[in-house]
Amino acid sequence: MDIRHIDADILILGGGTAGCWAALCAARASAGKGLRIVIAEKARIERSGCLAAGVNAINAYIGEGRCPQDYVDYARKDAAGIVRGDLLLSMAEGLNESVRALEALGLVILKDETGGYAQRGWRNVKINGENIKPLLAAAVRAQDSVTVLERVNVCSYLVEDDTILGAVAFGVTEKVCYALRARAVICATGGAAGLYRPNSPGFARHSMWYPPFNTGAGHAMGILAGAEMTSLEMRFVALRCKGSVAPAGTLAQGAGARQMNSLGQVYEHVYGLTTAQRVYGTRQEELEGRGPCVLRVDALGPGEREDLYKAYLNMAPLQTLRWVEEEAAAGEDMNASSLGVAVEGTEPYVNGGHTAGGYWVDSRRQTSIRGLFAAGDVAGGSPQKYVSGAMAEAAIAATAALGYAREVVLPAQEAPGASFAAIFNEARDFLERPGALFTVEQLEEAMQQNMDEYAGGIASGYRYNDAQLDRAEERVRELTHLSGGLRAPDMRDLLRIYELRERLVLCRSLIAHLKARRESRWPGFGEHTQCPGSAASGLRYVNSRLEKGEIRIIFRDLVSEGECYEHSD
Amino acid sequence: MSIVIEQESCNGCGRCLAVCPGALLCANAKGRAEIRYPADCWSCAACVKSCARGAIALYSAPACGGRGGLLRARREGEILHWVISLPDGTQRTISVDRRSANRY
Repeated sequence: MDIRHIDADILILGGGTAGCWAALCAARASAGKGLRIVIAEKARIERSGCLAAGVNAINAYIGEGRCPQDYVDYARKDAAGIVRGDLLLSMAEGLNESVRALEALGLVILKDETGGYAQRGWRNVKINGENIKPLLAAAVRAQDSVTVLERVNVCSYLVEDDTILGAVAFGVTEKVCYALRARAVICATGGAAGLYRPNSPGFARHSMWYPPFNTGAGHAMGILAGAEMTSLEMRFVALRCKGSVAPAGTLAQGAGARQMNSLGQVYEHVYGLTTAQRVYGTRQEELEGRGPCVLRVDALGPGEREDLYKAYLNMAPLQTLRWVEEEAAAGEDMNASSLGVAVEGTEPYVNGGHTAGGYWVDSRRQTSIRGLFAAGDVAGGSPQKYVSGAMAEAAIAATAALGYAREVVLPAQEAPGASFAAIFNEARDFLERPGALFTVEQLEEAMQQNMDEYAGGIASGYRYNDAQLDRAEERVRELTHLSGGLRAPDMRDLLRIYELRERLVLCRSLIAHLKARRESRWPGFGEHTQCPGSAASGLRYVNSRLEKGEIRIIFRDLVSEGECYEHSD
Repeated sequence: MSIVIEQESCNGCGRCLAVCPGALLCANAKGRAEIRYPADCWSCAACVKSCARGAIALYSAPACGGRGGLLRARREGEILHWVISLPDGTQRTISVDRRSANRY
């Protein structure tokens, strides 16, 4: 295997929305200074990350008459208090600028008669976001100072004395190992999908809300390097259209659909309107025998059905295919003025863009590893980011990383160290092993089943207890051990081994977090059956660090807006 | 949910291989595109939209309610024509103009 050495001033891991935006901000702020900004992306930035298929609304925008604090209040309420006020406020202050920047790149935003953005509620604007990633990618590619390494899978940080030195990566299609050195690193690898068994396992297993290619790589690298993580136990469960896993919000908020059970009762007011309560309510209705729950739109005018079909083609095309298939099956029996879609909760995800799980960062988005910053769905403490919040956070991280990088001198080219050699040799072993009993697919299935049954997945109605979590943890350890004996016939298969192992690392930390929070603060996202309801003592962060092979839980006091948080211990 | 690639229509241009976020597509011995891990497709439709020859179609898996319809896309300037072919031979085209925002 060839070894390629690449040096960067700023190394950005992941070229999704946050990664691309961080690169653009860093390039613009350092124009003419000769800096080298490198994005390492395992796919191709035109269609990578969670916006690969497109997106049809910007869900974080501060409308007329509202202010950033309103957004903080909304996100705090939705997360039942477990948020970082400092992070939310600085993110909220950058939301509108991010949306305007997207428009400047060419994103089409619906306008009202006065020329302002036509809003869906006070936080949303309507767009045509099918090409949002190609627009971001084109802007990145136009920057001379940005190099995009594609089909490159970063699998480990290089860290010494709690300071980042770079990362190690492998080619996905080429037999190459990359030794990446950098003054500063921004992790923007996204959230984690595929930890739990999805609604449709087997052939349809990747019909999931979040991209199956977002495997928690950044989380796992951070955990293994000793970085502090926060709030992983605040998992995210999305309420989605059954089968297509397409967004339900477009129907509910955009088309005014009512969420009802099979008796025709609108039930959401019984349970509450936070994201977690909506999921909880739907699950309860199903458990109590009043399913299926549906989103129903009545009184669709001529053309409105077609407009809805177009909206879904721009972000989740299979839902439109499904509607057209249903129309054909119904034939003349179809009532053209109404439309109903069954909804269900997904498997749980770790996602710092919607909930608060991810890296524990300071106010400038630096992780507990010096020189390593985090932005977007991998960064914790700041939920309800969506597209524009991830961008706002990326801008803050880019500014901080540039400031940090100025003070750092890369050592003269030196032979790769011992930790590089260990990573290289491990990959070589996977590639050269003559045979293996188990496959990645088998171990992934076992991991998802284990998490589903014992760590609060769909099968258990998102519920868990200590005894189950103990079993889940033990099995994750066993599967981690077994994954060390896998075989990769080629580089694509090597990628899949790393993806499995990343998920296993994150699962272990997630289980420890679920166990440490002695309450059930977000019932739709998970319930600890021995600790029902919220506890007064729960108003603090559950954080963790891997120390000498064991996970240490750290409880930290809430940080509110106005405070500047710095790592001190 | 996955894709089918019509071998006779594929000219081996490689655009779909380049764009797949999961690196799931490979060139086969004849130089044509092939999905190596069909069960790992996320149905993002990036490959469908990248194919100038309409050789790639998205479909719903039976476990996701699929009824055999195929979804293809054809770009014409700013317009993306989505063509749905149903098993009974009927076709329906829904055209989306990139310059107009979603109404919902």
